[in-house]
Amino acid sequence: MRGRGRLLVSPAVALLLVSSILPLVATIWFSLIDYRLLVPGTGRFVGLANYVHLLTDPSFGPTLVNTLLLIGMVLVVSIVGGLGMALLLERVVLGRGVLRLLVISPFFVMPPVSALLWKNLLMQPVAGFFAWVSSLFGLRAFDWFARAPLASIGLIVSWQWLPFACLILLTSLQSFDREQREAAQLDGASAFVIFRQLVIPHLARPIAIVVMMETIFLLSLFAEIFVTTGGGRGSSNLAFLVYSQAMVRYDVGAASAAGIVAVVFANVLAFFLVRAVGRSLDA
Amino acid sequence: MRSVWMLLPALMLAGCSPHRTGQTILTVATVNNGDMVRLKELGKEFERTHPGIHLKWLVLEENVLRQRVTTDIAIRGGQYDVVTIGAYEIPVWAKQKWLASLDDLPPSYRKDDLLPPIRAAVTYQGVQFAAPLNGEGTVTMYRTDLFSKAGLTMPATPTWEFLTQAAAKLNDPSHGVYGLCLRGKAGWGENMATIMTMANSYGARFFDEKWRPQFDTPEWRRTIATYVTALRQSGPPGAVANGFNENLAMFAQGKCAIWFDSTVALPFLSDPKTSKVAASTGFAPAPDEGLGRAANWLWTWGLAIPASSKKAAAAKIFIEWAAGPGYAKLVASRDGWLAVPPGTRKSLYDNPDYRRAAPFAAITLRAISAANPNDPAVKHVPYVGVQYVAIPEFQGIGTEVGQQFAAAVAGQVSAEDALAEAQAATKRQMAAAGYYK
Repeated sequence: MRGRGRLLVSPAVALLLVSSILPLVATIWFSLIDYRLLVPGTGRFVGLANYVHLLTDPSFGPTLVNTLLLIGMVLVVSIVGGLGMALLLERVVLGRGVLRLLVISPFFVMPPVSALLWKNLLMQPVAGFFAWVSSLFGLRAFDWFARAPLASIGLIVSWQWLPFACLILLTSLQSFDREQREAAQLDGASAFVIFRQLVIPHLARPIAIVVMMETIFLLSLFAEIFVTTGGGRGSSNLAFLVYSQAMVRYDVGAASAAGIVAVVFANVLAFFLVRAVGRSLDA
Repeated sequence: MRSVWMLLPALMLAGCSPHRTGQTILTVATVNNGDMVRLKELGKEFERTHPGIHLKWLVLEENVLRQRVTTDIAIRGGQYDVVTIGAYEIPVWAKQKWLASLDDLPPSYRKDDLLPPIRAAVTYQGVQFAAPLNGEGTVTMYRTDLFSKAGLTMPATPTWEFLTQAAAKLNDPSHGVYGLCLRGKAGWGENMATIMTMANSYGARFFDEKWRPQFDTPEWRRTIATYVTALRQSGPPGAVANGFNENLAMFAQGKCAIWFDSTVALPFLSDPKTSKVAASTGFAPAPDEGLGRAANWLWTWGLAIPASSKKAAAAKIFIEWAAGPGYAKLVASRDGWLAVPPGTRKSLYDNPDYRRAAPFAAITLRAISAANPNDPAVKHVPYVGVQYVAIPEFQGIGTEVGQQFAAAVAGQVSAEDALAEAQAATKRQMAAAGYYK
């Protein structure tokens, strides 16, 4: 009986092995050899040399910090902004469907497209919209990607993820028990107290989901950086580091080592996130 | 084991390709510049006159092309039969034995007709590995109307000092005119091309004979100080986002008073259809500090055959047609002499029809002839290349160093710090690559 059960799940396990474990093992192997595409006669085992080189690189620290800062920035903006928008949208009675559609639309713009739109139409310091606005006030245009590369990318990505947070929080707000609110009002609770004591705890779970989902996607953020600043110490994250090792330096060994470091980093982050989310789900 | 995995996609591709009997299908991967797009259009003409050969085109943006072709050739994928490669790749790939020799092209190819610097750029250790399709050098472009209004005269050969002072004088942001446009976008083929060429004219070199980076020398300090100060004081806002295309668009719209860049820009700027300031655009040679090397770079895109291609014979027939002397006449008969790819053959510059149609022919020829990739710097160097160093590590180093200099232009770091970082980063990468044993 047990044997048959194992037999039945074996295709799934095999598929899992082939699709996730094999590439991981191959990447680990590549990260331990000297494998540079443009240099003849590479392929010898070098132990942890690729890792040592990566971790002692002075641009590695900033890359890690950038990765965390980007995630943090987008999480804060999308959750705070998304909550605000959700609260406003909840009040709207007429045309809520149309409004909701408009609000969600940035989420459907492909990342490279939205990055290009922001870069060339909005933030461009000579011909961009923001430059025009600041010229109305007699101010010098702000050179976004030169002066604040990480914050500019954060802004673009936040704009993309705001609708996601807003939509999840809005659905959750709509499920908030009206009788509970009326009871609180009868007890003389102010709007702020209702929000703080009843709505926020009610939203803890969806917020945890938003944090989780966004973090997973933001760890692999790439297109926005590639399109706007093209990397550099001010705006590279771990995913971009892997790309530049593989496709600029053609160093497969170094890229694999960076990839493994990124996997470890993501797992550490996921460990803490799962614990935090789990706690909010228990509460 | 590894090679078997890598072969899989190639096998799958080979399985799907339509194979008409008796026909050789050549897969041509090329960069998406104007000359190549025209070549693709005229390829139909080739297929008409060579019914045994069918061309399959893959036209890609420069960096994407480089990534696709490099990875394919490195793992012996054999997807491509003809590839467009640049002056940087030719010696690097030839050294790897990735390219088939083109020494046996038929006499009708007339390799003696190639301009000597271009011929040198496609040759590695005496063997020709690519057939050049176009060539470029550097030129100073400026607005004659703004110059005469400000009482300035462009010298026969300008110095950097003259250009930066003139730029400061002509800089007029309130009227949307910026004194000096230079490449600022980080990248080994973008800002580093400008900076390294400039550095050579200041007597600097990228590496000394022992492959030690030279960013701690006074020559480099002078170069970066001039470059950063000029762009910060007289450059357009957002200069660190500007590469060749952005600067071309700005100059053509009349937003730049002076621009130092590739001769590729000249046909666009001479044509009133593509430039608002065509009538008032002047050309001068690249800046020269009188130290023995002017700011002349050399680049060429050429057609090459990967050593992994099984269709080298047919590929050579196509290359002889596309890069041979007859192609210029074909383009001229269809699209006029201005459309002929410039900068590869003496015969084009001897042609009175071309000289009449292209007012910039003389300055282009002069710019290309002045460049010397095999001996680019005032001092001796162990490498080939003016605006690049033809070693595999250079793409990574050039990009990282370019980001440092872009950060200096953006004001994130000082010029001194950028140089120190560039020095440290280059040393690190060269050490990791095993140059200091």
